[in-house]
Amino acid sequence: MSMTLLYVQTLNGLQLGVLLFLIAAGLTLVFGVMDFINLAHGVQYMIGAYLAAMFTALTGNFFYGLALALPSALAFGLLLEFLIFRHLYDRDHLDQVLATFGIILFLNQAVKVVWGAAPLSVPIPEALSGSIRLMDGLLYPVYRLAIIGSGLAIAVLLGVLVSRTRIGMLVRAGASNAPMVSALGVDIGKLFMVVFGFGAMLAGFAGAMVAPILSVEPGMGDNLLILTFVVIVIGGIGSVRGAFIAAILVGLVDTLGRVFGPQVLRALMDPSAASQVGRALAPMLTYILMAAILFFRPGGLFPAKK
Amino acid sequence: MTMPPENGPGFLKREAVPVLLFALLALVPFAAVLGAESYLLSLVTRVMIFAIAALSLDLILGYGALVSFGHAAFLGLGGYAVGILSAHGQTDALVQLPVALAVSALFALITGALSLRTKGVYFIMITLAFGQMAFFLAVSLAAYGGDDGMTLPGRSRLFGMELIKNDRAFYYAVLLALLGAYGLCRSIVVSRFGRVIRGARENPQRMAAIGFPLFRYQLVGYVIAGTLCGLAGFLLANQAEFVSPAYMTWQRSGELIVMVVLGGLGTLHGAIIGAAAFLLLEEWLSGFTEHWKMIFGPFLVLVVLFARGGLMGAIRRIGGGGHG
Repeated sequence: MSMTLLYVQTLNGLQLGVLLFLIAAGLTLVFGVMDFINLAHGVQYMIGAYLAAMFTALTGNFFYGLALALPSALAFGLLLEFLIFRHLYDRDHLDQVLATFGIILFLNQAVKVVWGAAPLSVPIPEALSGSIRLMDGLLYPVYRLAIIGSGLAIAVLLGVLVSRTRIGMLVRAGASNAPMVSALGVDIGKLFMVVFGFGAMLAGFAGAMVAPILSVEPGMGDNLLILTFVVIVIGGIGSVRGAFIAAILVGLVDTLGRVFGPQVLRALMDPSAASQVGRALAPMLTYILMAAILFFRPGGLFPAKK
Repeated sequence: MTMPPENGPGFLKREAVPVLLFALLALVPFAAVLGAESYLLSLVTRVMIFAIAALSLDLILGYGALVSFGHAAFLGLGGYAVGILSAHGQTDALVQLPVALAVSALFALITGALSLRTKGVYFIMITLAFGQMAFFLAVSLAAYGGDDGMTLPGRSRLFGMELIKNDRAFYYAVLLALLGAYGLCRSIVVSRFGRVIRGARENPQRMAAIGFPLFRYQLVGYVIAGTLCGLAGFLLANQAEFVSPAYMTWQRSGELIVMVVLGGLGTLHGAIIGAAAFLLLEEWLSGFTEHWKMIFGPFLVLVVLFARGGLMGAIRRIGGGGHG
């Protein structure tokens, strides 16, 4: 019984980790390459979910909805880049924080105006509905496995893209020294745009994938954004590999801590105190993890800049 | 920049803005008699409380260039100190206030010691994460209302007397606190300690090379700012007679930064003006539409893109001061 719970929660943690990675991957590159702090990355995730919900409702098919939502999320990200972000790259961090904060305020409210304040729901696609039996007494929803699978596939793809291709090489070079890359004759503006659009699309993809299992609502990206920051800080800014390891770590610690933290504490103190302390500590666990890692490695696990 | 002599002929001109500001604030209760007294009093009281919080943030953000994105946590800590103590029957401000300040100072000391090991974008994200940690802690306090927050039995007492129960008395108590906070920040900024903090903003390498242990200075600055913001939290809980995790959402931290920048970084009285501008703008815009954030968001983006130096900078530019 308890082992089954452990497996199920590990899979849930893995699913959260994969989602965090999809959002963090773009964000860490934007931070690393452009030294640009983009608080509005969480709304890209939200926009992705809303676009998927809208296109799924229009076409009646989740996969068509997803296929339409991805280029729309990309276009939306590029539009924001063109209108606002590119004017902020050479500003200090405070200006970037303020402007992207303003964008969050606007977009969280704008989705309320466009799609209504009530949460939207998206049906799980027929082909991926139901549960699958992984082992004795362990049923797990197929759709959640699909999220984990697609996330891992993208992680591998991204890893190859970053470490094996020319554009990936430029991105890595940009993360360690952007002015030098620019001096060597690379159009850094275009590189920024590609990285930015790609990151926005990944976040949008994460949003679209969770639309069937979470409620699509205004502000849904905000809390996830902060968890993403924790991931990036732990992994080291600018490192896709670091983001992946940190995302899985944070996903597992957060999920398992909430479920098993109170149980572990129960062995140490009386049950009512254990459940109270456990409830208070569990949400703080990821932040304590971050503090501990930073204490020993202020630059994160895999810093891109030396 | 050389400091002009403290009592030179330019004194009144130089100090015109803060003097006018405080005179205006002192007169508000009299104007309030003319109509809508309780509305105006509570609005301006709220402005002054947030002005204290913004002042404290300006101390590290404006003078130290430390972009702390978790400052609202201290509002919540101060507020919850009041809430939790009064839930256990301790309603005297002489106990509540020191506890509120001590808890804020301790939290600032621990999180500051960890955050200040990092710089730039890391610092922003880590303070944000610690702020969020405090938020989730408050949400999980089921015994004290959890997500919904808790209503206080009444305002804090002083020696068992209900001195600030009256809204006008409370108004002047808050004004006094603001004046004290402003005076304290002013004297910190011009002190040797303040000059080291400002030096660290301009050129940390050089300050370190001269031999100042910057980490220690910045940490003390961070603790002072957090403690002062705890005072604002104490007052906020007393004004609303209610505390909830909403005090310390990360949006609230963002709003505090907006207040400081709107008023102009590193001016102190700018923080007060910024707090007033933000809250009055919110009040005014939300009178038109519930979607006021759709107006405020783009306004913020435009301010960042086109109006450097905030409102005070704009006023200086219009006044022809020339250093906008």
